Amino acid sequence: MGEALKQTLVDKAAVLAGLAEHPAVKAILGWKAEALTEAKFAFGELTLTVAADQVLSAAGALQAAGYNFFEDMTAVDWFPASPRFQLSYHLLSHAFKERIRLCARVDGPDPAIESITSLWAGANFYEREVFDLFGIRFEGHPNLRRIMLPDEWEGHPLRKDYPVEGYR
Amino acid sequence: MSNPGVMPTLEPAEGAKDQHMVINMGPQHPATHGVLRLVVEIDGEIVVRVYPEIGYLHTGIEKTCEAKFYQQIVPLTDRINYLDPLSNNLCYALAVEKLLGMQVPPKAEWMRVLMAELSRLNSHLIWLGTHAMDIGALTVFLYTFREREEILRLFEAVAGQRMMLSYIRIGGLAMEPPLDFLDRVQEFIKTFPEKIDEYSNLLTGNPIFRNRLKGVGYLSAADAIALGVTGPPLRASGVDIDLRRDMPYSGYENFKFEVPISTDCDCWARYEVRLVEMRESVKIIQQVLDGMPEGPVKADAPKIVLPDREKMKTQMEALIHHFKIVTEGFDVPAGEVYQGIEAGHGQTGYYVVSDGTAKPYRVHMRYPSFTTLQALETMCKGRMLADLVAVIGSIDIVLGEIDR
Repeated sequence: MGEALKQTLVDKAAVLAGLAEHPAVKAILGWKAEALTEAKFAFGELTLTVAADQVLSAAGALQAAGYNFFEDMTAVDWFPASPRFQLSYHLLSHAFKERIRLCARVDGPDPAIESITSLWAGANFYEREVFDLFGIRFEGHPNLRRIMLPDEWEGHPLRKDYPVEGYR
Repeated sequence: MSNPGVMPTLEPAEGAKDQHMVINMGPQHPATHGVLRLVVEIDGEIVVRVYPEIGYLHTGIEKTCEAKFYQQIVPLTDRINYLDPLSNNLCYALAVEKLLGMQVPPKAEWMRVLMAELSRLNSHLIWLGTHAMDIGALTVFLYTFREREEILRLFEAVAGQRMMLSYIRIGGLAMEPPLDFLDRVQEFIKTFPEKIDEYSNLLTGNPIFRNRLKGVGYLSAADAIALGVTGPPLRASGVDIDLRRDMPYSGYENFKFEVPISTDCDCWARYEVRLVEMRESVKIIQQVLDGMPEGPVKADAPKIVLPDREKMKTQMEALIHHFKIVTEGFDVPAGEVYQGIEAGHGQTGYYVVSDGTAKPYRVHMRYPSFTTLQALETMCKGRMLADLVAVIGSIDIVLGEIDR
């Protein structure tokens, strides 16, 4: 994969052609090829985007394929674009010594997505953090409460329509 | 889903109310290493549940980053993990350099490794001192702070700051190290292994210290991976992973070192792993000193890296670049990157999303203490309350990086 590391593969077709042997790509194609909506390879990092209702099962497929370690999860607010929120999961494989990014996009006045705490208990705090600071609900989370801010806080600070300074 | 508008209560389980008690440990308990509040349900002296309540130090650094130029974020990163400041700088600089497609000169890379390892020693020394103090061995704290003072003096010599260095910048280092710097590091490194022996003499054979740590805070490898534990606690659970060796960054592939592993999975294993890690850091620093390349410490990128003071005062172009960088920043190509490094406490990661402007669209930090804290209940359940203090010391948390 030494050569592939330097190039950029901009879309799904290019990734499927250029990285067909990549364990994560193989795992996703073997699991449910139609649920993969986008793929990208840039800066030496592979990004796979799946449909929002498929995140839990996609993460399960990747976990089974050797991406055994949940490293990080966060959201990006693309306000005012739609769908508004991008969730980025970073999964690390101890066997391949490699990391991939699994993405999903959610939208609507009450954005929600499945929790992956059933796969990795360590996702608990990360999902609470995103719930607290972005207002995205995680269905099936054992204890979905604010984590950083007081419970009576109004608004979600990391949303782009929340000002950095001054009054709300 | 529980309602976020309701204040948390941790009631004892139904039917157990007569003998169970819920107590607060913190937010100002000396053994919590900062403002950590633990709600603990106990049955006599046996811990039934531990619930960490965090956020007392939350300053919204991730939000602040969105309003700053890329270069203005470097000093913010120092303040997240204030015990291991250079790892933060390094991780952030590497992430932005990845977006920029920038290569820093070899001397800058080697100096970064040297500083990151000194920073790791600094963080491990504080861990050892405070951990031993929590257990009751007060003396060790004085010994470790003696060596930490030496490291802080080295930091001061190189960056003018003892704690918040901001020495590692985007595109290289803040400035050349002073001429006698490497000799001073060499002098420090020459005697440091003896100092580690000294700590070991004070603690390893000490029966109280052994009994307080052996078999306490058991965390299996499977649990450690499921809970996202990284760094020394993960390696003490027998998982052989160290990003410096397995996914090298900043030229770590040039250095030879061992990654200590233990399969005992308890507090004692974490103690032993960190002690060996300090010795390995010394080896890395020695290799850096022996092979330090010559050359500049900043990349040749006048639109991104601030010019030297001398050039700025004498050359018109350098003055223009300086003015532009300070007032307008520099544009970073659009895209998203994640950079992970092995910091003193575990795997640190920066996720930077750029929309092509001079300010980042989103900066997210993954910090090891935040995740490791989740494993607290698994390690303490069914054990004595006093073991909780030993376990908190052994996972080595920094509240600055938990709350951010």
